[in-house]
Amino acid sequence: MGEVIEVNGPIVTIRHAGIRNGEQVRIGDLGLIAEVIHLREQNALVQVYESTESLRPGEQVTGLGHPLSVELGPGLLGQIFDGVQRPLQKIMQLSGENISRGLLVDALDREKKWHFVPDENLVVGYKLSAGEILGTVQETETIEHRILTPPDCVGEIIEHAPEGDYTVEEVIARVSNDSGSVFELKMYHKWPVRTPRPYHTRSNSIVPLITGQRILDTFFPLLKGGKAAVPGPFGAGKTMVQQQIARWANADIVLYVGCGERGNEMVDILQSFPELKDPYSGRSLMERTFLVANTSNMPVVAREASINVGVTMAEYYRDQGYDVVMVADSTSRWAEALREVAGRLGQMPVEEGYPAYLASRLAAFYERAGMVSTLSDKTGSVTLIGAVSPPGGDFSEPVTSHTKEIIRTFWALSKSLADARHYPSVSWLESFTSYDDRAAAWWSENISPQWANRREQALSLLSEADELERIVNLVGPEALSSSQRWVLESSGLIKEAVLQQSALDPVDSYCSPQKQFNLLELMLRYHDAGVELINLGVPVEQLIKLPYSAQLKRLKSAVSNDDLQDLEHLADRIRKKFDEMRAEYSKEKEVIL
Amino acid sequence: MSDLEYRKVSSIHGALMFLKGVKDIAYGDRVVIRDRQGQKRNGQVIRSSADVVLVQVFEGTNNLDLENTWVRFLDEPFELSLSPDMLGRNFNGIGDPRDGRPPIISNVRHNVNGLPVNPVARSYPREFIQTGISTIDGLNSLVRGQKLPIFSGSGLPHNRLVAQIVRQAKLPGDVSNFVIVFAAMGVSYSDARFFEEEFESSGVLQNVVMFMNLANDPPMERLILPRTALTAAEYLAYEQDHHVLVVITDMTNYAEALREIATEKGDVPSRKGYPGYLYSDLAEIYERAGRLHDRHGSITMIPVLSMPSDDITHPIPDLTGYITEGQIVLSRELHSKSVYPPVNVPPSLSRLMKDGIGKDDTREDHARVASQLYAAYSRAMDSRNLASIIGAEELSSGDRRYLEFADRFENDFVKQGSDDDRSVIETLDLAWELLSLLPPEVLSRVSEEDLQKYHSWDGS
Ligand SMILES: Nc1ncnc2c1ncn2[C@@H]1O[C@H](COP(=O)(O)OP(=O)(O)OP(=O)(O)O)[C@@H](O)[C@H]1O
Ligand SMILES: [Mg+2]
Repeated sequence: MGEVIEVNGPIVTIRHAGIRNGEQVRIGDLGLIAEVIHLREQNALVQVYESTESLRPGEQVTGLGHPLSVELGPGLLGQIFDGVQRPLQKIMQLSGENISRGLLVDALDREKKWHFVPDENLVVGYKLSAGEILGTVQETETIEHRILTPPDCVGEIIEHAPEGDYTVEEVIARVSNDSGSVFELKMYHKWPVRTPRPYHTRSNSIVPLITGQRILDTFFPLLKGGKAAVPGPFGAGKTMVQQQIARWANADIVLYVGCGERGNEMVDILQSFPELKDPYSGRSLMERTFLVANTSNMPVVAREASINVGVTMAEYYRDQGYDVVMVADSTSRWAEALREVAGRLGQMPVEEGYPAYLASRLAAFYERAGMVSTLSDKTGSVTLIGAVSPPGGDFSEPVTSHTKEIIRTFWALSKSLADARHYPSVSWLESFTSYDDRAAAWWSENISPQWANRREQALSLLSEADELERIVNLVGPEALSSSQRWVLESSGLIKEAVLQQSALDPVDSYCSPQKQFNLLELMLRYHDAGVELINLGVPVEQLIKLPYSAQLKRLKSAVSNDDLQDLEHLADRIRKKFDEMRAEYSKEKEVIL
Repeated sequence: MSDLEYRKVSSIHGALMFLKGVKDIAYGDRVVIRDRQGQKRNGQVIRSSADVVLVQVFEGTNNLDLENTWVRFLDEPFELSLSPDMLGRNFNGIGDPRDGRPPIISNVRHNVNGLPVNPVARSYPREFIQTGISTIDGLNSLVRGQKLPIFSGSGLPHNRLVAQIVRQAKLPGDVSNFVIVFAAMGVSYSDARFFEEEFESSGVLQNVVMFMNLANDPPMERLILPRTALTAAEYLAYEQDHHVLVVITDMTNYAEALREIATEKGDVPSRKGYPGYLYSDLAEIYERAGRLHDRHGSITMIPVLSMPSDDITHPIPDLTGYITEGQIVLSRELHSKSVYPPVNVPPSLSRLMKDGIGKDDTREDHARVASQLYAAYSRAMDSRNLASIIGAEELSSGDRRYLEFADRFENDFVKQGSDDDRSVIETLDLAWELLSLLPPEVLSRVSEEDLQKYHSWDGS
């Protein structure tokens, strides 16, 4: 027991004997939830996850004896949690439309029974190792939940439960360790969020994360287990990119962390995902999705926790052998929460008010991404994708620039593209990926050996066109040769027919890898044929006047992933017309000669 | 409520007052201060320790001294008395009447800070509001429960625009049923008068609650005014079933008051001297807009802010844009070309438009037409740019068409009268009239069916 000494917004000073740094405490008559972040002589500073209004000096404080931890077990999927893993649906039942303070709610439902099927190894006398699978529970139609031995527990099974229906609080096994103490294992365990969960080894990822978004998959690919950032000014489309990934990525599990962003964006997912079908399993998307929400009007301090709470749950599904994607919108709000607390602690700010440890905290977070061989010898991965919201859209600010050093795929959103409603507004000049070689191997094997060449060709066409546009803006279009004007035309075609992809278009929202490649290849074939005709003497104006460009630009929404052969109808018409022109001009050439 | 009055002020600076030797005061407590003349001021506890209490004084500390200042802690947070009788009334930032009429007496009292809305309780806003303004309805539609700010600049006609929206906003085919909460901070007397007359002449005055803090009123009161106003709005929306339109002007004055107090407290500044928590603080205000599942009413919010030196990257518009669901940006250039409303289309955005428009709400082509207008106008800006380099005469016929499109777009579509109340269908028809200046092969954002149905290209 201790007592409150001072209340300064979310930072409260307490006097408490024997409290440990990082420990959870409950404060005052309301029982506000807080975490010790600093010890100073006999006082401790705590950050409070809830508003401290009406708290006064002298109120009581109780230490809970453990650090901020999450409950890991069946029943996480389909849920929405707050920044300290309290289920928001339950909270609404308890306190109505507004979140009242001091509520203690278990993350996992204590009443619900799950049908537990023990693993064959689960026999008396078996030596259980840490992280091993005890059995399974069908968590949703699509996801089999593998009940794991806690990573810090080893020993011999002395008793276990048979197949049957159990709540998470019921004991499914008793284990005795070397020194003879007996542990009870349940279908869930707790894990401290600031400690990464252990695994055997890291493995090199070689599989791209397919998101169904052409500019991402084809141009700036990300691998499963990789780390990516989406920076961009407000309104550029960060949330849309992340929502699209959450919808369409070929992952087993998706965790959406709304960190300091809008309440309505959470609602959007909660209302739309149950209706949407996972393109891989054909089942409702909500069966593989769960959310953590600390919206911008919720207390700042819990924002910092929300990211760690999220990534720990992501690691837990990874440890079951799943490919997990966690999107975090926005890591800037998380960094600002760090700054806020650092400021209140009087820590020395180094850049724009941020504390010196900003970069290392960011790195530690992204380091939790990866593909691993788990303690139970399965392969699982956590892919981390963080949005970054730079003040004024300036990428040189601390959070963006540090993040850029850490991540391997950078999807830079551009205000000028967004202003022209070119979505996704991913800039082909500023974005980068260092996974392209490994992605190329996959595309070459599974889609087409031409993938890398075509991608390369498109990227250089785009950058050549940017250069030409600069010239036009200086001296006018007259300075360009015919083939240069054709490059401009073709880059416009690539931008509209391939790069732009409306999330709101029911046909084009998800584009299969095969369709991505076929579209790109078709546009480039059109370009190549044009170059050939121009070399034969066909005036470029004549090519530009052809009606095909507009038709090619509509193909993405006209032809669905399942009807790719329809792309060839237009291709045939173009081929016929081009053959005629070729014949005509080759003849002319002969006559002149 | 406590009757105890302390005379323990130990120091005063700016709007802050330190008290020594008062015990166990609750953080956030409401405070009443009595000066030597017996005049009352209002304050709030912003830090509390076992022996020192820090109070911010909304009316400022001018003329207070250490000896003759009496402080009473009310042992309660800031609350507002709420009743339907608020309609037609005018209050200050703390909720005291400004109109000489008696204060609101009611058993219903709510904490002005509210509690955060559980996202699960929200219902996604999707009912299209017709404002009669083409750049909003056609390109950046507003829906019930949205927060859509106007980014303006000094001397730009944001007041006229807001007044027009307030006058014309309704669901298509309906009559207006909005109740208006008008929150003014640091506005001039003449601007306040303009709105009062506006409300009076359009006959809505009885449906308006005003919370006013004028340019010469105490600036620190602005810290609490939007919270008071929103508490009233929540009551009207969720307990009285009204659809409420909240106009808050000017958020820049709010943010400046916040910066002032933060500096006095010694908070670590982030950009341009604004405290790092400006984002969260603004979000506490803006996120109070919305719709809830089980409530009939809604809160639609139109905050107005002036961008210091017209800079959209300034922290105030920047952080606002990161929180709100889009923004309507006004342009000085269009204003100087006498285009009213001078809506700068490219940077303007409505994020909730997508769910409020289309076949069942406005028209099936709406989303595609809006996207096409954006694309064409952006392309037309390139042509304008080129014309300024090489001269309009040198342009290709394609570029010349775009030039004409841009001029007509600004003069016919963007520009409209203060009384011009266009239906959304009129707006969309007008859009097609402009798109008909361009040949079908450049209009790839609309569908072939749209072209057949609405596009009239004469082939010239
Ligand atoms: N791929 C897309 N397809 C269609 N529309 C899009 C797409 N991406 C973005 N948009 C449009 O842009 C708007 C803004 O996007 P979004 O909300 O994702 O921006 P943001 O970068 O997350 O902004 P903030 O930082 O303020 O949260 C969306 O509401 C939508 O109208
Ligand atoms: Mg966003």
